[in-house]
Order: sequence, then C-alpha cells, then structure tokens
Amino acid sequence: MKQFLTFVKKEFAHVLRDRKTMVILFGLPIVQILIFGFALSNEVKNSKIVIADYAKDNISQELIAKIEASQYFEIEKSLMRQGEIEAAFKTGKIKMAIVFPENFGHDLMHDNKSQLQVILDATDPNQATTLTNYISSVVADYQMELNKTNAAPLQILPETRMLYNPQLKGAHNFVPGVMALVLMLVCVMMTAISIVREKEIGTMEILLVSPFKPILVVLSKAVPYLILSLVNVISILLLSVFVLDLPVNGSVLLLIAESTLFIITSLSLGLLISVRTQSQQVAMLISLMGMLLPTLLFSGFMFPIENMPLPLQIISNAVPAKWYYIIVKNIMIKGLGFASIWKETLILLGITLFLTTVAIKNFKIRLA
Amino acid sequence: MEVVIKTDKLTKRFGDFVAANEITFEVSKGEIFGFLGANGAGKTTAMRMLCGLSIPSSGEATIAGFDVYKQTEQIKRNIGYMSQKFSLYEDLTVVENIQFFGGIYGLSDKTLKSKSEELINQLGLQSETKKLVGSLPLGWKQKLSFSVAVLHEPKIVFLDEPTGGVDPVTRRQFWDLIYEAAEKGITIFVTTHYMDEAEYCNRISIMVDGRIKALDTPGNLKKQFSAGSMDEVFYELARGAKRGD
Repeated sequence: MKQFLTFVKKEFAHVLRDRKTMVILFGLPIVQILIFGFALSNEVKNSKIVIADYAKDNISQELIAKIEASQYFEIEKSLMRQGEIEAAFKTGKIKMAIVFPENFGHDLMHDNKSQLQVILDATDPNQATTLTNYISSVVADYQMELNKTNAAPLQILPETRMLYNPQLKGAHNFVPGVMALVLMLVCVMMTAISIVREKEIGTMEILLVSPFKPILVVLSKAVPYLILSLVNVISILLLSVFVLDLPVNGSVLLLIAESTLFIITSLSLGLLISVRTQSQQVAMLISLMGMLLPTLLFSGFMFPIENMPLPLQIISNAVPAKWYYIIVKNIMIKGLGFASIWKETLILLGITLFLTTVAIKNFKIRLA
Repeated sequence: MEVVIKTDKLTKRFGDFVAANEITFEVSKGEIFGFLGANGAGKTTAMRMLCGLSIPSSGEATIAGFDVYKQTEQIKRNIGYMSQKFSLYEDLTVVENIQFFGGIYGLSDKTLKSKSEELINQLGLQSETKKLVGSLPLGWKQKLSFSVAVLHEPKIVFLDEPTGGVDPVTRRQFWDLIYEAAEKGITIFVTTHYMDEAEYCNRISIMVDGRIKALDTPGNLKKQFSAGSMDEVFYELARGAKRGD
C-alpha cells in the first residue's frame, strides 16, 4: 500500500508540474462550457429581415411593430419592391422577407382571412425552419389579440408545452454533451499518454523489473486522473448552475457516481490505447481521432441518433459517451432517479469491464 | 565462490528466429561480468530473460538462486536494473527520484532517508537535490541512475549499455561507482560497446549470432586470440557474424 501511495504521489507530481497538461485538464472544460454557452448556440437571435408593406394599413403596421419587438428579428429595411428583395437575399445579409399584399387589412376585416408572404433563405434549412416557427408564433399571438376584440371564429389552437426545458435553452442539451466530451477526451488521452511516456523514456522497463506489480502501475496511473476528472465534473456543474443558470434537477450524488463510472470507462479505454501503442504521438492521435470524432458524432449531443441510417445507429451503441449523455440528461434535466437509468448504467459497466479485461490481457502479453 | 547467475542452454526463439541460442555461463558473487556482442547479437534478449522480463523458450537459469520460470517475483526483489535509455524521471527532482525508486522497492522511510543522504554525499550532489533531474548533465544522470538501481542493495545489478554518449573521463568515474558496488558484494552484469570498458571487467563473454563465442578474462582472451587489445579480439569474433543491423 505504501508503495502504491509513493507511485500515486509521483503521478501527481508529473501532472501538476506539466503546465501543458494542466491547461488541457482544467482549461479545456471551462473554455468548452463558455464557448458552448455563449458563442455556439442553436437559438436563432437577431436575424436580419426585410419587410415589404404594400398595405400600409393599421393591421399591417401593428403586426410589423410586433415583429420588431421580438428579439428574434431585426428589421433591416421596411419598404421594398419585389426585385430589391431578391437582391437583398443574394447579398446573404438577410434571412427572411415578409410581404404584406396591398389589401392585407381589408381582406382580414371583410373576408375574415388574409394572406402574408414569407420568403426564407433556406441554404441553412434548420435555421429557415426555426425562423418560420418564430414568425408563425408572432402572427398567431397577434391573431389571438385580434380575436379577443372581434367575435371569435371557431378554431383549434394547439397548446404546446415544452417539458423539462420550457425556454428551449440550448444549455440543456450541451452541458451533458460537453461533460461527456471533456471527460472522454481528458481521461482517454491523458492516461494513454502518461503510460506510453514511461515506455518512451525507458522507465517502464525499470518498473517492470521492480517487484512493483504491473497491475498496480496501471492503477496508480489512473488514480490522479480519476480525482482530477472528478474536480472537472464538479467545476462543470458549478459553471452550469451559476453561470448558465442550468440547475441539477436530480440527485447530485447520483450524477457524480455515474460520472465516476464514465471516467473509469474512459480511463480503461486510455489504458487499452496505451498498451497497444509505442509513442506518445500515436497515442495522442488515436485518442483524438478515435475518441473525439465518434463521441461528437454518436453521442447524440450534436446529431440525433434516431435520424441516422441503421448501421450507424448500431455503431453508436458501442460509444460509451452515448450512454453517459443519456444518463446525465435524465438526472440533470429531467430530474429522474436511478430507476430510469439502470439499463444505461449496466451497459457502461459492461463496456468498462470489457475494455479493462482486454487492456490487462494485452499488458500481460507484453511482459512475456 | 558463490554462484549468483547460472544458465544452462538458455534459449529464446521468436518464431523461426533464435535470438539467444543455448547460452551457458556462470557468474560469481561480486564479479563484474561484461556481456559483449554486436548489435542484434542477442544481448538484450538474454538480459531480459535473466531479469524475468521475458520467458525463455528452453534451457535453465537461476538468478540469485531463483528459477527464471517460476520465481520471477523473488528474482525482481534481488536485482537492480539500469536500461540503455537513461531511466530516471526528468520532471522529478533528484531527491524525488531517489524516494520514488526506493519507495517502490518497499524501503522504509527511515532507511530511505539515510540511504538517500548517503547517496547524495557519495555523488557530491548536495547542492543539486532540489533540481529537476532533466537539468543535470548526462554523466551525472547516469551516475545517479546507477546509484538508484543499487539503492535497495540487490544481489545483482544489470546494466544495459549504461554509459552511452559520454566521454571517457565520465565513463571512468562511472566505473569507479561500479567497482565500489562490486566491493560491497554486488554482482555486476554489464553490456557495453566500448572496448575500454570491456578491459575493466573481471570476465567477459562475447556473443555472436545468438551464441556465446568466447568467455574468459580480458587477459586470457587477448592471449587466446593473440591480439594486442580487446578491440582486435572483438573484431576477430564479430567478423563472422551473419546478423546485425
């Protein structure tokens, strides 16, 4: 046990003394959370639009005022002819044009219905759809107001309730995603590199010749990263609660326990990479390419897995981050308990056991 | 004389390739045994088998009385090892390295403290204890590395090309450490490329293509091959080699 502690102490010295490691270890998560929180967002705000108002009646003016008041749109120019609208789209500056026909207000008042043309730049289809939804809701709101004053016609209004995330905040989606990404990246890469480094500088031989058990070499390398990663989890949670206003709805303890499991999964993956590679560069490359990409693609955090072709959906099951992402979402956002995530936990546990067994087997073969 | 290394037809095959072929020799306690051979002759393979890092394909060997097949744990406790790659942690200080390597051999805090003081005084490193090992000159690192390898007072210490890349004066100082250790009864098993170092050994063996082609004291070998220096002896034997890089 004392030997083990000596080893862990030395590992801590390696980590804490290397400024680059420290930056990756603690800078990465904070920067990621802040970037995802403030810079990258799938909410569409302040989109530039143009309005061509041929009606110029009370109704159209009121509606324009409503549009202007919403934070989603920024009216670039108000009076335009058809040709100018097209030119404005071609410059790429505007995302949407709204055309009020000449007798817009008149038709509404007399025929009880009127038409409004909405033209969108659909080069980014997601953004175009989002903008359509926004404008529809602004129009619907206005219609409701009108109906209060006038006699209401029969109509069905769907009342949508956004569960768990009523404001449709992007943070709800990316905080669990960033947690999965950061832990995966840090744990896999750091352990892989730290073990391979011992091979590169020749100290691994010395360790293997010593009476110190090889399995303990591996364990004592994992301990500092386990502890430091837990510090990371806690700092990400603090940032999300206090900076991004995203509370942890479920049990914090459960969340940390599940994170520990995922950290161990990542550590065992790093270990597997390290026993199969001989240089730090290769270990780093495999960790980055082999872990970052699948984690981004298949965790469900950036691209919905349900929309992928079946073979890719099957592949995604082997990506540990996918399961962790589901777990974190369930605990943190939905506030659910262990009963809702025992299956995912079991899968993660299985992956971890598999990786550890393969890694340790390979480690022993290297000794022979 | 007590025999501490004893091998009998020790062989290691990698597929069809016989890296070490029926190696048989004995080394006595306190002896400085030189293990010579051209690159690819099988020195490192042989040494790895003796350290318990590699399991022999056939043959027998005992290290400090322990069997290389079954008692690798006991062997590890009784040997020290210094590899050709300089093998201390550059980002730890001198003291930290000593304490780490002493620590994994299970030395008690008290022993470790007195041992490291003794070692630092012996090497004249008093003013460098808090410095990172990476900032020391190569010759110092090698001396420190050797001292660390014998810190736990092993019966045998294996040195794999310990003095690569340093000048003859520093090499000579390094050998002073080796002699001191041998006087204390530690057996030295050393591989080298430098023929001046071969002359410092009590006995040497020369490996060619996985076999031991000659084994005697430097003086006797020179007589046997009627050569003026170890260089000539080595050249005479290694000329016939079919392997190499």
